[in-house]
Amino acid sequence: MILVLVASFIGSFGAVFLKAGAGRTQCLKSLVFNPRLAIGVCLFLISTVFYLLGIRRGELSVLYPMVSLGYIWTLFWSRLFFGEPLTKMKFAGLGLILFGIILLGMGNR
Amino acid sequence: MTNAAADLFSMTERAKHLRCVAMVFCCTVLGAAAQMFFKAGLLRMPHFSVPALLTNWPLLVGLVLYGGSTLLLVLALREGELSLLYPVISLTYAWVTILSVWRLGETMNAFKLGGVAAIIFGVALLGRGNRA
Repeated sequence: MILVLVASFIGSFGAVFLKAGAGRTQCLKSLVFNPRLAIGVCLFLISTVFYLLGIRRGELSVLYPMVSLGYIWTLFWSRLFFGEPLTKMKFAGLGLILFGIILLGMGNR
Repeated sequence: MTNAAADLFSMTERAKHLRCVAMVFCCTVLGAAAQMFFKAGLLRMPHFSVPALLTNWPLLVGLVLYGGSTLLLVLALREGELSLLYPVISLTYAWVTILSVWRLGETMNAFKLGGVAAIIFGVALLGRGNRA
C-alpha cells in the first residue's frame, strides 16, 4: 500500500514537470528536446515501477483506487507552482477522495 | 447567424463533445483492462528482475494497453472540456472494482464499496471545480 501511495506522489511531480514543459513547446523539435518534458516522462515511468511493485501483493480493488491520492498532490502543486485557485468545489472533491481512501484502507483485509 | 446555422453549429459542437466522451470511455475500458493484465503478469512473476519483466507477456500487453489509454486521453483532452470529461475518467475505478471481483476473485465489502464511490464522486467534483 505504501508503494502505491509513493507512486502517486512521484507521478504527481511528473505531471508538474509535464505542465512546466508543455508551456514551452512551439515545434516538434522543442517537444523532443525539452528537459522538463523528459523529466516528467521519467518520473511517470519511475512512478509506474513503484506502482507495479506495490500491486504485486494485495488486492487490486483496494490498491488501484488509492492512486487517486495523486489528484490531491497535484491539486497542491498546481496551487503552489502555477498559482491555480483552490475553489470550494475542489476542496470538497479533495475531502471525498481522502475519505474514500481511508474507507478503502479500512476495507482492506 | 440564422437559426438554421446556429442549430448546425450547436450540432457540430454536440457531436464533438460526444466524440470526446466516447474516446474517454474507451480510454477507461483500456485502462481497466491494462490493470487486469498487470496483475495477471505480476502473479506469475515470483521474483522481480529485468529478464523476467521483458518476457512476461501479460505485463507487456498491460503496458501497451496502458500506453494506448493514455494516448487516447491526451487526444480527448486536447479538444474536450476537462470538467465534463473528469466524471467519465473516474469510470475506470468502477471497472477495476467489478473486474477485481469477477476475474481476480477478490471479495467486496461495504468499506471498499463506499470508498470507491466516494473517490468517484470526489474526482467528478474536482472536474467541476476546474470549470469555476
